[in-house]
Formats: sequence, structure tokens, C-alpha cells
Amino acid sequence: MTTTLGTSNATVDPRLQAVGMQQAGGKSPASPGRAVRSVAGRVALWALLIGFALAFLYPFLWLISASFKPRGEVFDNSLIPKTFSPQNYAEVWDKLPLLNWMGNSILIAVLAAGLVTLSSSVVAFGFAYFKFPGRDLLFGLVLATMMLPGAVTLIPTYLIWNNLGMIGTTVPLWGANLFGSAFYIFLQRQFFLGLPRELFEAARVDGASYWGMFWRIAVPLSVPSFIIVFIFEFQASWNNLQAPLIYLNFGAVENFTVPLGISYAMTAFSPGNGGQGDYQWVMVAALIVTMPMLILFAAGQRYFIEGIATQGRKG
Amino acid sequence: MSNLKALPIVPADPAGTVQREKRNGRGKGPKPPKVRIKYNRREAVAGYLFILPWVLGFLVFTLGAMIYSLVISFSNYDLATDTATPIGLENYTNLIEDPKVMLALGNTLFYAVMAVPLEIAFALFLAMLLNRVGRGAGLFRTLYYLPKMTPSVAAASVFLLLLNGNYGAINRGLAAIGIQGPQWLTDPNWVKPSIVLMTLWSVSGTMIIFLAALKNVPVDLYEVASLDGAGKVRQFFSITVPMISGTIFFNVLVLTIAALQVFDQAFLLFWRNQTNASPESSLFYAVYLFQQAFRNFNFGFAAAMAWLIFLIIMIITVIQVKFGNRFVYYEGDRR
Repeated sequence: MTTTLGTSNATVDPRLQAVGMQQAGGKSPASPGRAVRSVAGRVALWALLIGFALAFLYPFLWLISASFKPRGEVFDNSLIPKTFSPQNYAEVWDKLPLLNWMGNSILIAVLAAGLVTLSSSVVAFGFAYFKFPGRDLLFGLVLATMMLPGAVTLIPTYLIWNNLGMIGTTVPLWGANLFGSAFYIFLQRQFFLGLPRELFEAARVDGASYWGMFWRIAVPLSVPSFIIVFIFEFQASWNNLQAPLIYLNFGAVENFTVPLGISYAMTAFSPGNGGQGDYQWVMVAALIVTMPMLILFAAGQRYFIEGIATQGRKG
Repeated sequence: MSNLKALPIVPADPAGTVQREKRNGRGKGPKPPKVRIKYNRREAVAGYLFILPWVLGFLVFTLGAMIYSLVISFSNYDLATDTATPIGLENYTNLIEDPKVMLALGNTLFYAVMAVPLEIAFALFLAMLLNRVGRGAGLFRTLYYLPKMTPSVAAASVFLLLLNGNYGAINRGLAAIGIQGPQWLTDPNWVKPSIVLMTLWSVSGTMIIFLAALKNVPVDLYEVASLDGAGKVRQFFSITVPMISGTIFFNVLVLTIAALQVFDQAFLLFWRNQTNASPESSLFYAVYLFQQAFRNFNFGFAAAMAWLIFLIIMIITVIQVKFGNRFVYYEGDRR
């Protein structure tokens, strides 16, 4: 990506225009996509587009279909169930503590996303607005931590929570989010830098405190970037498998999150482990864990696309 | 922090962005410190207070954790008594002598070499398709992005059944066109391709980044090239690739780092069930590290493993950055 931190058009546009649009300003007219002219080319293009769409969607269709099949037919690969078995959806709640798992997952995801949104934006405002010795060095350090492989801090982090007696609780799954997270700090800072500084000067003249400038001016103007951070972290937390595996796996099954629970059910139902191959319930659970993410995407698509495109803009 | 795993990791400063930022300055933002700046003391104090949460988190969960991790890697750590007995280099010598570490490392590197180029090529191909479609692109972009939203555990539960060698849908489909499909999940030669397949299914994050870059390539470049008689292939290599080289480079870096740490898919498909033996070629580094740390509670050994992969990732990244800087074309050559 040619735009970098230093150019003004690298900031996240508050109006969240379509991908790439805000980068277009300045040097050259952006291509609106090169249209294919010949008829044969058009046909080939659409065939490919639709073919890939089907390939990407097939596992979803397969999942939906399998969730409506009785035990013996999950593998039969017909997208329309031979025996329609909607009772899977009624039975699964008895077979697996799904309601508990969903409650845990929602609680953790809301705490993780809410806390990281708040803490990252506070820190980001510190980096964006104030001048203090060592600021650029510290911000470089923020960026550098994004590169650190998670494995290096995995074990000591576990031991820290162990010493605090938090293993088996949900705290390790959101606690560190109190301290901000590098990518979100970067993203929020970009957003704050895009706000006109005169707004803050004016508030200063009117006697606003520093915290007031953040809370009454920066925050209300930055709702879109708050949404980006919140939904990104919500998704990351909701989908997370490794952390629950480390911190919750040895506790009661009811305390699992949905991903950990499904992983557990896949094993528990497998014939090799004394199960009877009741994968239809796993399919229902897999569909139930996926649906909130698809709905979240449907509702906040532009924020996701914007957030992803921002990642590319850093390079 | 740990919750960032799902997102691509960003290279610290591969192209000297921070340097550039300083030189360019910024219209509204604070000016770069050319000479000694006089700081407003109240403002500086407020700034430190605002970034305090990150500083604390950094000291405990990054810097502190790294030092702690280093100490543990040179110790025999006993979880029951919470004591770390120094044992010198023993963990590291054990590491080198453990054939499973080398096996897992080999598997992981092999996977990365296979997955990253395919991901780049596939994501770029999809982005170019979407870039050409004009109206309707939004719908397809949405459809292509759905796999990225799917929790890895749901994806794995479906792929576990789709990839089943005997009655999975993928092999049934191959059989329908006369191809005998492989035993994706049990044949040692096919377990890594099956994980690559799952990875390619959710490649759309990379695709979106490419799409944003393609939208930035000035359309008149292609028009001029057309007039000069350059064909589509020539245009791709002479215009598209150089114009988005920075993005390709960024994606290669990020995907390589992610590939070297792949855990979820390998764990879910092959190592979730401890009683089931899986082919050794599916033992990935992150999975073996996890087993050593949280199944066997060999924290010292696992910490040493973590430092080894950290070192390897650093070396690979540095090589890529050195190599990449020669190929990346920066518009206006602001470097």
C-alpha cells in the first residue's frame, strides 16, 4: 500500500466511505474497476464469480442441511434431507448445555469488546492529542508489540493468572483488555488524528478539562471507529478457541464457551470415545455459534470492510 | 495482546513508516521534534495518564511476560509449588534432541511454504474478479467474506465431515467426475493440503486488502498500455503487480507469520481427541507447544519452544523485509 501513516488520507474517514475511496484523493484518479467489454469475457467472469460463490457457500448449505438430518443421514451429502428432523433443534438443549455456553460466550465477548474499546480509545487519545517526551518512541513500541508471536507470552500469562487464582474463571479471557490492544490503539489514533484540532482548542478555551475533551468531544465524534473496534473484538472473542481451551477446559462443562463446548462435543459424540456419532447435534450447535457472526456481519458489514482495509493500509 | 490472534499481525515498521511520518509531519497534528521542543508540563502529564493503561499492560503482559518467559525457559518449572529451578540450557538441548520438535517445525514450515503463495494467488485472483464486475460486486464480496466470519470450530466441524475420505462430500464430488479422492484426514501426505483447503476457504480478509489496493491503481495506466499493444498478461505483470507490490508484500509478511502459528485448524481436525492417533505429519508447532505446556505442564520446555519459534519468525521476517524492499515500488518513491 502506498499511503502510509504520514499522509493525511491514511486516516480512517469518519464517514466510512466505500473501500479504497478515501485513498483515492490526491495523486491519481482511482479506477472504478475495469469493466469487461466482450460478451464471452462477461460470461466467463460471471461463471467464475457464481462458481466461487457456490464453493464458499457450500459448507454453509451443507451445515444447515445436516442440522436437519437424523443421526444416520448426516453424512449422506444430499443438500435436501431425506428424513426431515427438526427435532434436533429441540433435543440439542438437553444433550448439550448450549444455553450456558452461549451465556458465557456472550458475557465474555461483551466484556472483552467493551473494555478494549474503552481502554484502547483512552490510550489512543493520549497518543493522538498530547505532546510529551518519548511519545513517538512509545507509539513505535505499541506497533512493535503487534508483531510479537502470541506463543512467547502464552505461558507467563497463564502463570500470572494462575498466581492470581483466576484459572477456571472467565477473567483471563477479558482481563488483559483493560489495558488496550495495539491494533485498536493504532486504529483509534488514526481516527482521532482525523478530527479537526480546532475543536479541541475551542473546548480548551471554554474551560474543558483534558478528560472532558476526550469524553465530550472525541468520543461522540468517533462512534464509527468505536463500532469497528467493538465488533472486531467481539468476533475475535466469540470465535476464540485457544484461550478457553487453556483457561476453562479443566473446569465444569457448563462453564465452557460455545467454541470450546463444540470442540468437546465433537469428541464426546465420536464413536471412538463411547459416543454414538450424534453429529446432528454438533451441526445444530455449529450453526448456532455461526449465526450471530453472520448477523453481526450483515448489520455491520461496512465497518468490517473498513477495518480490514485499514490493516492493509499500515504496510 | 492475545485477543489479536484472529487479526493479521502487523510488521513493526517494515518500510520505515514511522521515519517517514516524522519527516512528512502532519498538517494538524503535533510537529516533529526537530530541535528541542518545550513541552507543556500539564499537557505532558495528562498524556502520560491517558496512555497509562497501555503502559501498565505492556509492563505486565508484554515486557514482564517476556522476561518471565525467558527465565522459565532456563528453568524447570513446577506448577504445584510455583517454583522455577534454574537448569541452565537443559530445556534448549532437550528441544534440539526432541525429534517431535523438529518434526513439528518441519511440518509448520512446509505448510507455510505451501499455504502462503496459494493464499496470495487465490486472494488476488478473487480480488481481481471482484474489481472487474462493477455492479453486483458488493453482493459477491459479502458472500465471499462469510467464511471469514465463521468460528473456526464450526468450520472444522463441517470440514471434518466434508473431508472424510470414504463418504465426505469432497471425495464424492471428485468421484462423480472420475477422480479417486485421497484420504484427506488420515493419509500423511494429504493432511496438510486439507488444512490449506480450509485456510483458502476463509481467505477473504486478504482479498479485501487486495481489493482496496486494486481500486487505487490508476485506470489510465491500463489504457496507455493497451494502446501500446500490451496484452492482459503483460498488463498484469507490468502494471498491476508493481502498483500493488506494497500490498502483496504486506500480505506475504502477515500470512507467513500467521501460518507459522497456525493452531485452531490443526488442533480441531487432528489433535482435539487425545485418544485418537493422528498422522504425525499433522503435528504443527503451535499444537505441540500447547500439548507440552497445557497437557504435560512442561512449562520450561514449552517456553523454550516459544522462544525458538519467535527467533525463527524474526529471522524469516527480516529476510522477507530485506528481500521485499528490493521489489516493492513506492509511489513517488517517498522512501
